[in-house]
Amino acid sequence: MSKDNSILEELTSKEYEHGWSVNYEADEAPIGLNEGIIRWISAKKEEPSWLLEWRLKAFRTWLTMTEPEWANVHYPKIDLQSLRYYSAPKQIKKTKNLDEVDPELIAIYERLGISLNEQKRLQGIAVDAVLDSVSVATTFRGTLSKLGIVFCSFSEAVKEHPELIKKYLGSVVPMTDNYYAALNAAVFSDGSFCYIPKGVRCPMELSTYFRINAANTGQFERTLIVADEESYVSYLEGCTAPSRDENQLHAAVVEIYAGAHAEVKYSTVQNWYPGDKEGKGGIFNFVTKRGICAGDYSKISWTQVETGSAVTWKYPSCILKGDHSIGEFYSVAVTNNYQQADTGTKMIHIGKNTKSRIVSKGISAGKSQNSYRGQVQVMKRADNARNFSQCDSLLMGDRCGAHTFPYIDINNPSAKVEHEATTSKIGEDQIFYCNQRGIATEDAVALIVNGYAKEVLNQLPMEFAVEAQKLLALTLEGSVG
Amino acid sequence: MSTLTKQDTFSSLLAAAPKNFESVRTLGNESFLAQGLPAVKAEEYKFTNISKKLEQNISNFSPALPFKVTAELVKSSVFEGFEGDLLVFANGKFLPELSSKIEDLEVSLISDKPELSLGSIAKPEKDAFAALNQASFEDGIFISVPKKAQIEKPVLLLSFNQANEGQVIQPRLWIEVGDFAEVTFIDQSISLGDTSYFVNKVVEVKGGVNSQIHYYRLQNEGKNAIEVSNIETDIQKDARFSSVTISLSGDMVRNNLNLNLIGSNSEGNMYGIYLINGKTHVDNHTNVDHTIPHAESNELYKGILADQSRGVFNGKIFVRQDAQKTNAFQQNNNILLSEDAIVNTKPQLEIWADDVKCSHGCTVGQLDEEALFYLQARGIDKMQAKGLLLYAFAGEVLEKIEVESFREYCDSLIQDRLGSKF
Repeated sequence: MSKDNSILEELTSKEYEHGWSVNYEADEAPIGLNEGIIRWISAKKEEPSWLLEWRLKAFRTWLTMTEPEWANVHYPKIDLQSLRYYSAPKQIKKTKNLDEVDPELIAIYERLGISLNEQKRLQGIAVDAVLDSVSVATTFRGTLSKLGIVFCSFSEAVKEHPELIKKYLGSVVPMTDNYYAALNAAVFSDGSFCYIPKGVRCPMELSTYFRINAANTGQFERTLIVADEESYVSYLEGCTAPSRDENQLHAAVVEIYAGAHAEVKYSTVQNWYPGDKEGKGGIFNFVTKRGICAGDYSKISWTQVETGSAVTWKYPSCILKGDHSIGEFYSVAVTNNYQQADTGTKMIHIGKNTKSRIVSKGISAGKSQNSYRGQVQVMKRADNARNFSQCDSLLMGDRCGAHTFPYIDINNPSAKVEHEATTSKIGEDQIFYCNQRGIATEDAVALIVNGYAKEVLNQLPMEFAVEAQKLLALTLEGSVG
Repeated sequence: MSTLTKQDTFSSLLAAAPKNFESVRTLGNESFLAQGLPAVKAEEYKFTNISKKLEQNISNFSPALPFKVTAELVKSSVFEGFEGDLLVFANGKFLPELSSKIEDLEVSLISDKPELSLGSIAKPEKDAFAALNQASFEDGIFISVPKKAQIEKPVLLLSFNQANEGQVIQPRLWIEVGDFAEVTFIDQSISLGDTSYFVNKVVEVKGGVNSQIHYYRLQNEGKNAIEVSNIETDIQKDARFSSVTISLSGDMVRNNLNLNLIGSNSEGNMYGIYLINGKTHVDNHTNVDHTIPHAESNELYKGILADQSRGVFNGKIFVRQDAQKTNAFQQNNNILLSEDAIVNTKPQLEIWADDVKCSHGCTVGQLDEEALFYLQARGIDKMQAKGLLLYAFAGEVLEKIEVESFREYCDSLIQDRLGSKF
């Protein structure tokens, strides 16, 4: 026991490696939230009037909404009036040439291990880097545009492709969808936009990297991915934030639209600052992610590795509208110390012969709480719908909790739905088996956890899988209760 | 909050309450008024809009009046092959003249036991209907099984319900089972007539150390009857409580079954079948609360839903921080037979301890095509083959009934419902 404790100690004393912050001269909105601020942001971004109207409409609806309280998480109320809704590096001038980007900003990303330079070509990932409220750089735009692929920051897209934005913005997550989505619609500052034209298979992974740097700001970015018929794209998202004592809010919206025969794969490694080991500080991650399989035979696949954030509230969902469409959700959620996660998915079967698969692996250690909340809904006309859900929880330490709230609502007799969940701790016999073969307990736990999460990690693109595995090991190594 | 929460809608019901158990009733009353009837979006009643149901069907709440039950009716109503003791109720009122005098068992009216701490097990603050019953129940029955008594024959609690539109029947039971005692109850309700009345039942079971309690329930209410029941028990050290709930009809039926495992090495078992058709709506909410280490719970509910029926299942397993070495299993399987049937199921785990083995499984599906083909290939026609497979599906729960005659009776009811004999 004492050894376990010492290992646990060692783990919990591990620092969050992305906890630093950089002082740069910032262009900031005044603190507070009102129509004036929204107009300010909109003017700052030189937005067309329809978008401002859209924002204001969202804001007015938001005023009538109340904060959701049904999630199994507890946190101090956020004073939304004390936040700053826009903060951007001052020197930034968006250019196509990376040489013109402030070297300081590039350095921030280099320090995070995200190289914005073209040397990234070797790994074949196009990156859109978002720092606080704005997109700093987008790489590989030239290569992609030859194929007709649009990959740029949201603000650029508004200017360059207003017809696409107008058509798809809010089509999957309506601005009034929920409290945080409405807030995001009102104040979102930037984000990524991606359009894959008909019949194009995107030759490289597209990636967005989010970084909160400034204090007292909320990050509200918006990602919109549109995959036209018969196209394919794999999209990655990563995020970090400095260690600060106060909680910071991150309320993002991701919308995915998949046309007939299109496939979108969306992977996230979420590593926001989780707070210190006393549970002080950390990011509140209240995110709305939803995709619609609008066309027949389309597919949307969500993969997430959730290791950061003090509080996570996130349900990447699929609306399976097209016949024969497929939705997938693979998730590993790790919580330690005082972290709380309430995450899961919604699979809404509307079209005929639709299929969905949910694999959720929760790992809770320390004093954390980890909840899976999911819904599988089969509508009346969704003949032959098929769902398989597997939700496993692993517990480490006797002060943590694992909870499962699956809702299964079936309105069609031809549906086949299976749900399975287990909760247990790491088998002592498994650890013993490893020990016997000369593997230290700490390594054995890493081994077992990695094996446990493999089904999900396998879904990640190579570069991410390696990072995710390291993250897992870092968060959990040795925390045997 | 629903309009039904207003004091005046319930005033005649509350006013009709006897004057005994003053503090208990006051508590119930206060708790009921504080909670109100479940609102439309209340999580616990999300898929069972009972407030609306009551509003639509019942305009004025008044207690149902007792009526005369003849010995012949009782005789013809007891199922075939039953051997055991009988307690008869009419609209929740105990009829001692038609009931057997049971050796080894103390049976009396709740009103004769003013010292009972009613509501201490089925707490009014947990459920508005439990609170309503506590505030306004007329009378009920107290059953006590002495220490070490082995009651070998089952005790049949036979309830006849016959009420006018809008009347409320509020049965209340308090069962005490002494240490090392064993007893089996069969709780059967028989509906006389198709009126839309409302049954609001509360059963509190106080088990002793190492006691064994079997509680079988057969719900066959009239097709317009609305029923809510709250059954709750604390399971002591080394004790075991097993329940089987069979729901066959009614308009809207809601069962709250709460097992609290409070002694180590205790075991709670919950089994159920809902085999429903027409517009019947059956909602089983079960809650197992593991508060201590080394306890076990098992749960298996199966549903077969035809026509426009709706089945709701919400199984909650709660494992508290101290409840290490818990084993908890839960399963819910459903078969939908028609386009219009709906299933809402939510098998829920809330686990705060780490050294546990908990699992739940849940399926919604159809009959196995291959099994059906296999039977048809052997000359069994499709309808009968379907019936056979459904019967086998339900059989897994039926076999948990340890009283043979009752099992056979339920068996025959299910066979009748499935449209063929096997």
